[in-house]
Amino acid sequence: MLELSGISAGYAGAQTLFDLSMRVEAGEAVAVIGANGAGKTTLLRVISGMLPARSGSMTMDGVSLRDSPPHRIVETGIAHVPESRRLFPRLSVESNLKMGAFIPAARARFRERLDYVYGLFPRLKERRSQLAGTMSGGEQQMCAIGRALMSGPKLVLLDEPSMGLAPVVVQQVFDLVRRIRQEGYTVLIVEQNVRQVLKVADRGYLIEVGRIRAGGTAAELLASDAVRDAYMGI
Amino acid sequence: MDCQLDIFFLEAILNGVLLAGLLALLALGLNLVFGVIDVVWICYAELVMIGMYAIFYAYTGGVPFPLAALLGILAVAATGALLHWVVIRPVLDQPPINQLLVTGGVLFFLQAVATMAFGIEFRSLGIRLGSTGFADMTFAWSRILAFVVALAGMLALWIFLSRTFLGTAIRAIAQDRQIMPLMGVDASRIYLVTSAVGGGLAGLGAVLMVLQYDIYPQIGLQFGPLIFMICVLGGLGSMAGGFVAAFLISQFIAVGGSCMATEWGYAVAFLFFMVAIFIRPQGLFGVRG
Ligand SMILES: Nc1ncnc2c1ncn2[C@@H]1O[C@H](COP(=O)(O)OP(=O)(O)OP(=O)(O)O)[C@@H](O)[C@H]1O
Ligand SMILES: [Mg+2]
Repeated sequence: MLELSGISAGYAGAQTLFDLSMRVEAGEAVAVIGANGAGKTTLLRVISGMLPARSGSMTMDGVSLRDSPPHRIVETGIAHVPESRRLFPRLSVESNLKMGAFIPAARARFRERLDYVYGLFPRLKERRSQLAGTMSGGEQQMCAIGRALMSGPKLVLLDEPSMGLAPVVVQQVFDLVRRIRQEGYTVLIVEQNVRQVLKVADRGYLIEVGRIRAGGTAAELLASDAVRDAYMGI
Repeated sequence: MDCQLDIFFLEAILNGVLLAGLLALLALGLNLVFGVIDVVWICYAELVMIGMYAIFYAYTGGVPFPLAALLGILAVAATGALLHWVVIRPVLDQPPINQLLVTGGVLFFLQAVATMAFGIEFRSLGIRLGSTGFADMTFAWSRILAFVVALAGMLALWIFLSRTFLGTAIRAIAQDRQIMPLMGVDASRIYLVTSAVGGGLAGLGAVLMVLQYDIYPQIGLQFGPLIFMICVLGGLGSMAGGFVAAFLISQFIAVGGSCMATEWGYAVAFLFFMVAIFIRPQGLFGVRG
């Protein structure tokens, strides 16, 4: 479904991703793990077009993503739930969901999508008129995921959905991720919560300073020395 | 000083309310643009002036007034979009002072163009709508019409912003510009639409003013500062704040002007403004420091 090959990217001054190749197949949940500053967020930003790649190729269902302007990437079926959620705090929950359905294809089926997301997350329906910024962290993450689903995506990019949440809520957020997997969405998820995310994911990649250090099934990664040494505290 | 709580005092208050509608409408356009794009259109009143001339020439050229009014609105909307594309867009990431100065430059440019092209004479459409009255009070129909149309215009904008996808995007982009591409939104297009809507509001203001006031190239100087004062008093970028401030300031102008001389009305209004922002620098509804 998604294929990256030889991707390099960075910000003014420093290069952040080096010759990075990876793939995500339809129906999979793939985890990207790595320390702070490894380049995980940068990777998702490159995929969703927020940050242009410097070199390499990137295709979604065989169509190159590097030729599209950032706001056209959603239309290829990629929805990005950004780091720290980035809801529109002074818009209602429902207006946030409406923004998720901005692209023409989703707009035409807005009511249908809204009922679908409300069915999936009834809490959002209860809170539909509340300002998004006044909800709890867990509810906000639910809203951010709901907003992404409004576009009718095939692939959902999740950037540290458990960040900044209490342990009980972290559990609930991973349950949400399981829910959207069951709904048939393909998932690419960035997490520092390695143990949890490898329970949800089929496969994963370990990134270190902008390069893929290891890759494999969740079980392989859990057993690998690289992951055990760095992230499991064992 | 001649102020009594008589029927003329009530008349002044009601005239203040009528004036507030127009001022609130004008403040709304400026606030919309600032709230969304974060740029102050110093030349805002000059856009209104351009609209007034457009309506004048269309009407005196034989176009029926309603159509001339529509043309005026569209002309200013297009000017607003053009202003954004040509002048604002290149300095979007520059310090606010640069943005202020370029739109200030447009102010002088538009005044110069109007003086050269239209002359310094006072122009008037010559439409007399007359007045109505009850209980010894008289009210000009042009003012009543301006009030009603301004309220309708603001209501229409509110519906547009709260109900439509485009309107929701305009509100959203004011809160987080960077993630708009993730919503499939082309931010530059939203800015263009916002500028056109802001211009359209100035154009509607021009329609209502052209029925009440004479047109001349410097007319913007007469009400421009008032509009900025209302926006700052309400809290720059706050549409609700601008609405409330317009009603407050209009009372000072109308009642102050009726008790003393008209010029004093403006002076009292500015005095109130200075005291108010001394107490609340961010404005009545402002959130920015
Ligand atoms: N806007 C930016 N401008 C310049 N450098 C940046 C910017 N954003 C990130 N970087 C740098 O790029 C590198 C990778 O950052 P990135 O945010 O991708 O890491 P991350 O793996 O997501 O980290 P975290 O787990 O803390 O979220 C870091 O060295 C960071 O300082
Ligand atoms: Mg990150």
